[in-house]
Amino acid sequence: MSPDTTERETVIRFRDVHKSFGSQHVLNGLSFEVRRGECLAVMGPSGTGKSVVLRHVIGLLKPDSGAVEVEGSEVSQLARKELSALRRRMGFLFQEGALINWLSVGDNVALPLRENTSMPEPEIRAKVLEKLALVRIPDAWDKMPSEISGGMKKRVGLARALITDPEIVLYDEPNAGLDPEISHSINELIRDVQRELHVTSVVVEHRVRCIKTVADRVLFLEQGRALLDLPPKEFFASDHPRLRQFLGVDPD
Amino acid sequence: MAFQKTFVELCNGIGFQIELLLGTLARLPDLRRRMHSVADILYQGAVQGLHVVLLVGLFIGMIVALQTGIELQRIGQQDQIGTIVAISMAREMGPFITCTILAATMGSSMAAEIGTMAVSDELAALEVLSIDRIKLLVLPRLVAITIAAPLLTILCDSIGIFGGGFVAQAQLHVSSQLYYDSAVEALRDPAHLFPLPKDLYAGLFKSGVFGILIAIIGCSAGLRASGGALGVGKATRAAVRDSIIAIIVANYFITWMLYQQ
Repeated sequence: MSPDTTERETVIRFRDVHKSFGSQHVLNGLSFEVRRGECLAVMGPSGTGKSVVLRHVIGLLKPDSGAVEVEGSEVSQLARKELSALRRRMGFLFQEGALINWLSVGDNVALPLRENTSMPEPEIRAKVLEKLALVRIPDAWDKMPSEISGGMKKRVGLARALITDPEIVLYDEPNAGLDPEISHSINELIRDVQRELHVTSVVVEHRVRCIKTVADRVLFLEQGRALLDLPPKEFFASDHPRLRQFLGVDPD
Repeated sequence: MAFQKTFVELCNGIGFQIELLLGTLARLPDLRRRMHSVADILYQGAVQGLHVVLLVGLFIGMIVALQTGIELQRIGQQDQIGTIVAISMAREMGPFITCTILAATMGSSMAAEIGTMAVSDELAALEVLSIDRIKLLVLPRLVAITIAAPLLTILCDSIGIFGGGFVAQAQLHVSSQLYYDSAVEALRDPAHLFPLPKDLYAGLFKSGVFGILIAIIGCSAGLRASGGALGVGKATRAAVRDSIIAIIVANYFITWMLYQQ
């Protein structure tokens, strides 16, 4: 954990962001900041726009109004090349891993380097092996995505997200669909990546155990707005009625 | 209102397909890196679908010979069966049948494969990783089917003419010598531009164009898929339906272009 993050520069900033899909208002004036080296957990009931927040950060979605700034640039205003350059500084772990199903584990992790760099193959191989070792699956190169478990898919997804040595890592429900034991190992992995690589992270998750393990700050979303924004200890000690009601029905 | 909405959707779809075609052609210099993928797609689509083209081509040749042969026999012109089967197969039936089969096999699998990637966040992952999905997914598919379509058409033409010969000999009692002589003679008409029989190259040109249409329609249906398994099913259905419509419409215009007097 990093107690001194309040003094660091802001890396991600949401300013009064609104986003609707048809008649459904998902984000309703959301504002928050994430500082360098910090791990922010975004928590809230299903359908409150947690994943939509992450997709705005990486430019997969554009806000209807308001602004999303990453490293000082407004993401929705960036030209294609600038957005690509910014994305190379970010890693994104999708809920199901989103591995390319016709490529092996190793080829999935190597893909960004093969497609976007002129790095020689032996160097790519060495780098992929290093990332596979970091996510604790050093011997998985030849396995196909269809042959591996949900937890392993997330590890491969994380290795692929980390292959370009990003400064910001975004996690979309890293515990979804995993049993408590595997969830715990994934949470420890997220914490270790945070500590070893000193990245800025945003973790969308509603499991208390995950948040307690990885977060420096917790943002609670309710109806597309930030209801609470506190460090984990104060957050879980808060007697806010909506939070108590939410945590009361949380499986953790 | 419903008609207006459908019309706008149709225009959006065609606009997307034209943009995709131009984008893919602009990326042709990257093809050298994609030859492995092209070979994989060619093997899966063309080699594994070869028996279907051969079987259907054989029976199409037999049907054409039988249908026209019975009528020609009535007026004592059965020695023309070879001419009619050869010209029908080379100009029309070979490319049309081959590419309809390719639309149903390679076109549908393009839409389903890319559509599944779209609904399972794999395309979003490629975007996030700044990987050019046209280079990775569309370019090898377009090139593979544009190679496969004319090659399979030659085989379809050949086996169709063979099938017609079998029917001519066995059921219409035309000697195979006469049948094949008239077939070869019919295809001898040279083209103005190439030293190839016009009917043959016209058919191969058609199938190349049909191949491009199948790839662009199949890939764009996949790229625009949304809404889970239902969305993939919808994309696949639309890809096959639209490819067949495009093949028939393009067929008329290419025929008009090549054969108008």
